[in-house]
Amino acid sequence: MFESLNRIWALTLRYLFLYTRHPVRLVELIFWPLVDLLMWGFLTTHLQQQGAGDFPKMITYLIGAMILWDVLFRAQQGVAISFLEDVWTRNLLNIFVAPVRTFEYVAATCFVGVLRVSVTLLVLAVVAAFAYRFNLASMGMGLLPFLGNLILFGWFLGMISTGLIMRWGQAAESLAWAVPFFIQPLAAVFYPVSVLPGWLQPIAMSLPCTPIFEGMRTVLAGGAVPWGQVQYAFFLNLIWGGLAALFFALNLKHVRKSGLLVKVATQ
Amino acid sequence: MTAVTPVLEADRLVKIFGEHTALDGLSFSVAPGESLGLLGVNGAGKTTAMNLILGLTTPTSGMVRMFGLDLWKHRVEILKQVNFSSAYTNLPSNLLVWQNLLVFAKLYAVPKPKQRIEEMMELLDITHLRKSVTGRLSAGESTRVNLAKALLNKPRLLLLDEPTASLDPDIADRVRKLLRQLQKDTGISILYTSHNMRDIDEVCDRLVFLHAGKVLAEGTPNEVHQQFNRSSLEDLFIGVARGEVHAMGLIDKADHLKTS
Repeated sequence: MFESLNRIWALTLRYLFLYTRHPVRLVELIFWPLVDLLMWGFLTTHLQQQGAGDFPKMITYLIGAMILWDVLFRAQQGVAISFLEDVWTRNLLNIFVAPVRTFEYVAATCFVGVLRVSVTLLVLAVVAAFAYRFNLASMGMGLLPFLGNLILFGWFLGMISTGLIMRWGQAAESLAWAVPFFIQPLAAVFYPVSVLPGWLQPIAMSLPCTPIFEGMRTVLAGGAVPWGQVQYAFFLNLIWGGLAALFFALNLKHVRKSGLLVKVATQ
Repeated sequence: MTAVTPVLEADRLVKIFGEHTALDGLSFSVAPGESLGLLGVNGAGKTTAMNLILGLTTPTSGMVRMFGLDLWKHRVEILKQVNFSSAYTNLPSNLLVWQNLLVFAKLYAVPKPKQRIEEMMELLDITHLRKSVTGRLSAGESTRVNLAKALLNKPRLLLLDEPTASLDPDIADRVRKLLRQLQKDTGISILYTSHNMRDIDEVCDRLVFLHAGKVLAEGTPNEVHQQFNRSSLEDLFIGVARGEVHAMGLIDKADHLKTS
């Protein structure tokens, strides 16, 4: 156990060195989320001024949704981009021939995901508070389980993205950014699930993030934390986690069998 | 008298990619303290063999054992005692040399990592590169840093994939001498793939000459080229590459020699 933690820490250290040596990398964690926040913030302010907002809390809903979506996205990026960093620097073989278990490698990328989320969340929460008087803490007790579920789902999407990149090589690296957006229309991030056509709603509700965004709107509208939704999201996460781990393991097995792992690592 | 367990055994390794048979029943072993060269023309199966031994590719059939243990059943336990350096992989180019060495020292659970890193930097004469960005090193410096990484955990088996491939003759000569000295001082076993006959001649006690995924010949460098009445390893290599050895039916002869 201690040995495993030591190796996870060593892998994490590699990414920490990278971020601290290249502060420009922080731009990715701060600049794009800030642009999103400002765009959505000003748009909703404008809509409210025009009287287009039916509900008084439109700005709160949209900013809350944007911040929580970014939590999911950064957690996914932590896993997928960390893998790509090793591909880009042709370091992957050094890692795979070191005494590192697959779960230790994935765990390190997940931990990096949490660090990335922490940086982004802190910046967005502060800016949203000052610019739009949006208090992230207004989600109360629900905030932590909301964040936890979104981070879990982000990790699992990251594992799926990594599995796809391993299988299809660097040509598929844009999937590291695209995969979360495949599910975004169904995730009901910025609108309630009820807006979706009836036949799409069960599909949307099979994503762990959907009940979380629904729950967020309930809480921001002044309702109690819908613990049932939180539990349902966690249950879905268990299923998605199992499927993502299986998908990752099967792809790793395939690329080891077909020789693609070496090609991805040295191309 | 008890038999010494080889540090590495490749046992009837077969690797088939689609229609192509890259390795066709490859068997060889590396004894403790021995330096074995894997030699062969492009496509002979050296890299595939190395990848199977490193656990990067799974064999279609056959088995890799290190220190008497099955690689796929005891992967982590085995890899703690092994290390690897290749001309075709890099340490992360965007980190400083000491940062890279520290990460790998921790990955291999090296005791007193900072002290060991200093020792390796002194051994490889790269102390002055401690704070250099890895990606800005020359090929020779980069090779020495990679070797420092490969020696951090005091491996019992060192796997080297064409380590001198991108080096000028002077640096390549230094690396060969260093490896020889290291082997003499520490008794480390080495598996070495190369196109460079001089590397094999100088570093390896014994070599396995691969052709079309099979062992064409094995023995000391002198024994191998003499088996084929060639003046040198290089001459044999050229003969195999141009099909002259094959045309003379000598591959069959090699098979005969092996089985008799």
